[in-house]
Amino acid sequence: MTIMLLLFTFLIAVFLGVELITKVPSQLHTPLMSGSNAISGITIVGALIAAGQGASSWVLTILGVLAMICATINVVGGYLVTDRMLRMFKGKEGRKQ
Amino acid sequence: MITLIEIAYMAAAVLFIFGLKMLSKPTTAVRGNLLSALGMFLAIAATLLDKQIISFEWIIVGVLIGAVIGGIAALRVPMTSMPGFVAFFNGTGGLASLLVGWSDYHVRFTGSGYGPLDTDTFVLLLATFLAILIGGVTFSGSMIAYAKLEEKMNSKPLLFKGQQAVNALILIGIVSLCILFILFPNAGVLYALFLLGIVLALILGVLVTIPIGGADMPVVISLLNSYSGMAACAAGFVLGNTVLIVAGSLVGASGIILTSIMCKAMNRSLINVLFSGFGASAGSVSASAQKGDAKSLTPEDAYFVLEAASSVVFVPGYGMAVAQAQHAVKELGDLLQKNGAEVKYAIHPVAGRMPGHMNVLLAEANVPYEQLVEMDDINPIIDTVDVCIVIGANDVVNPAAREDEKSPIYGMPIINVDMARCCFVIKRSMASGFAGIDNPLFFKENTRMVFGDAKAVITALVNEFKSS
Repeated sequence: MTIMLLLFTFLIAVFLGVELITKVPSQLHTPLMSGSNAISGITIVGALIAAGQGASSWVLTILGVLAMICATINVVGGYLVTDRMLRMFKGKEGRKQ
Repeated sequence: MITLIEIAYMAAAVLFIFGLKMLSKPTTAVRGNLLSALGMFLAIAATLLDKQIISFEWIIVGVLIGAVIGGIAALRVPMTSMPGFVAFFNGTGGLASLLVGWSDYHVRFTGSGYGPLDTDTFVLLLATFLAILIGGVTFSGSMIAYAKLEEKMNSKPLLFKGQQAVNALILIGIVSLCILFILFPNAGVLYALFLLGIVLALILGVLVTIPIGGADMPVVISLLNSYSGMAACAAGFVLGNTVLIVAGSLVGASGIILTSIMCKAMNRSLINVLFSGFGASAGSVSASAQKGDAKSLTPEDAYFVLEAASSVVFVPGYGMAVAQAQHAVKELGDLLQKNGAEVKYAIHPVAGRMPGHMNVLLAEANVPYEQLVEMDDINPIIDTVDVCIVIGANDVVNPAAREDEKSPIYGMPIINVDMARCCFVIKRSMASGFAGIDNPLFFKENTRMVFGDAKAVITALVNEFKSS
């Protein structure tokens, strides 16, 4: 039952993703990519669980810490770079200020 | 019972969805990105409350190292290097998903082992394998893309004999490993085979990315972006974690949509982009013999034409990024406007090395987004344009795509600059573009070649305007 629920969630999210993205104009495609790339850093949640379950072996410790480092690079780098790019997109109104 | 963590995850998912929705307008995009970051923060904070988490020291170590590397890279990267760095960040996400899958496998393998093969165990095993497979391909593929985009390796397609056969063998190997893994997850030898699976995934990522040339990069980056989402989604199935599944599949879907938009903009199928090694045989393709000579123009003469023009459209390509000419272009655009001309920037969907690459560069140079127009909006009115200035673009303005049925790019939608009253092509030489195809545009009656480095030519034009 839980698996069915997870698969259902997955399916709905895929359709939602398609609907959301088709509306983004091509001029924002680069920030969209780097922004969605930052969202894929959600795997940091998995990394937290991997790194935080207490070091029962050195293999797990290494895997956990590496996962944490990689996921954090993805999240921090992804959001910062997207923010930097988006702040440059200004219309005529924004320029005058 | 619904726990606090689940509510927080739900809120995070909603924030991601609203964040993505707000990314569709320049006016709301900055806030959209912040909302999505807030969602991420919420998901992280909630996870820290999870009872599975009992030690924090390694988490802190990981966060500190990752935040320093990611933060410094993000704040220091110049806008022209953006495609490479997006690929880099994407790769780290893929590697993280791989490590999460591996770590979960290690815990179960060395612990109580997997249960009998029912639906739940099957999905768990399949998801674990997919997390390491997709994560591995994302990581090594993104790193190759990064190296190619940052010119740390040759950006030409790399093809070798029997490449398809090697790819097929590796794929067969991976599928057999996956079947073995699902059937006998607890067998002692399986850990070694699991590691072999990771190695094969990494090799596969390299092999599928090296045959892809520079100008096809927009497709590959979008595809890898989608993979990183799917890898996170697979990791979500491993951990039974809804927020990973929702966020991962949102990204997976968005990447696929972008990929198909890029493919359509080149009138090629995804299979063709991934396997044809397009552009490897540069210069060998000559669909039609050219007649006549190209007419060249000095910047001084070009100035007199521009001075009299009442509408000017810039068509930038990757060459503008290479020459870092965006600021000079914007300065010239402003001078033309002051001179009474209507100035626009027409952008082809696959111009540059990643989706929307030109838009970012022009935004960096302070061009208001109202002046940026898409291909489908400029083409119907292009015959009313006095001067089109093509800067470092080639294949995306090649009329052979419209006129020459034998051309390899026939059918690709292009910006019809040859239909403008006059067209300047700023180019270093007569060499063909990435696709290795002659460009009949250079020989058209109304085309004038202005030879030289993009930035140098534009700066020369700016100086002509200023000195008069």
